[in-house]
Amino acid sequence: MRFAVIVFPGSNCDIDMYHAIKDELGEEVEYVSHDADSLEEFDAILLPGGFSYGDYLRSGAIARFSNVMKEVIKAASAGKPILGVCNGFQILLEAGLLPGAMRRNESLKFICRNVELKVENNETMFTAAYNQDEVICIPIAHGEGNYFCDEKTLQAMRERKQIVFTYHGENPNGSYENIAGITNERGNVLGMMPHPERAVDSLLGGADGLRLFQSMVKNWRESYVVKA
Amino acid sequence: MFKVKVFVTLRESVLDPQGEAVKSSLHSLNYPEISDVRIGKYMELHLEKTDREIKEVVHEMCGRLLANTVIEDYRFEVEEVVAQ
Repeated sequence: MRFAVIVFPGSNCDIDMYHAIKDELGEEVEYVSHDADSLEEFDAILLPGGFSYGDYLRSGAIARFSNVMKEVIKAASAGKPILGVCNGFQILLEAGLLPGAMRRNESLKFICRNVELKVENNETMFTAAYNQDEVICIPIAHGEGNYFCDEKTLQAMRERKQIVFTYHGENPNGSYENIAGITNERGNVLGMMPHPERAVDSLLGGADGLRLFQSMVKNWRESYVVKA
Repeated sequence: MFKVKVFVTLRESVLDPQGEAVKSSLHSLNYPEISDVRIGKYMELHLEKTDREIKEVVHEMCGRLLANTVIEDYRFEVEEVVAQ
């Protein structure tokens, strides 16, 4: 399976993402520039964390108009798996690929620590390797992870099981209904504030994030390789 | 030539944590008359005249980029300026 890690000016989790795929997951991965014209050759697209364009105006607001985003939108409508982590999630929200928006953390502080997440839906291409309602430990590192959407959007997401991860126990940032990660209606675009790529090796504090990437590979093999 | 002043604030229904922090700071400075503080952004745009109606263009810019209407409201003032 071939993964693309999109690199925006100001991305800073791209190397962690690359490492997770190449060294821990053992799949093919390439860095792709924000001004690339095509993502045709990739099976999955990863939007890493960081501070694209310095978070100017709003997090993700400027990156969302990068040249490569036309291709990301095209890949999303073709059903390819797309994962946005942290700033990647903010970009997907700004691009309208996911519903809602991010506000500053309620505490106004940048928070960098491990949190517990509850797997609210393990029937997605990103979470099949987890158990339903399993509690996992993944780090967060953000100043704007306070998710917001209106009531109607929340109801619609609940009905379609689009809420994939919630904060378990304490809510670190004030996010609406403890939301930590959501998918689009179709289920092929996932945005999440916690960093699964930073939790892929128990030597470095935990490997709960690895199963997210393993789920993607398993789903892809079952959909494309087995049928071929 | 136009000068446009754009004001972007969080929508009334959205809690503004920065505004809340500043409000409680003003209270602690002994201004109990403060009932609400909203923090926003101020942008100045300078635009050349085109065939399109200026307000329509600025609304479009706000909707597409300058504000995120999921959580933010915007308003703007247009001033026609004579080129020097």
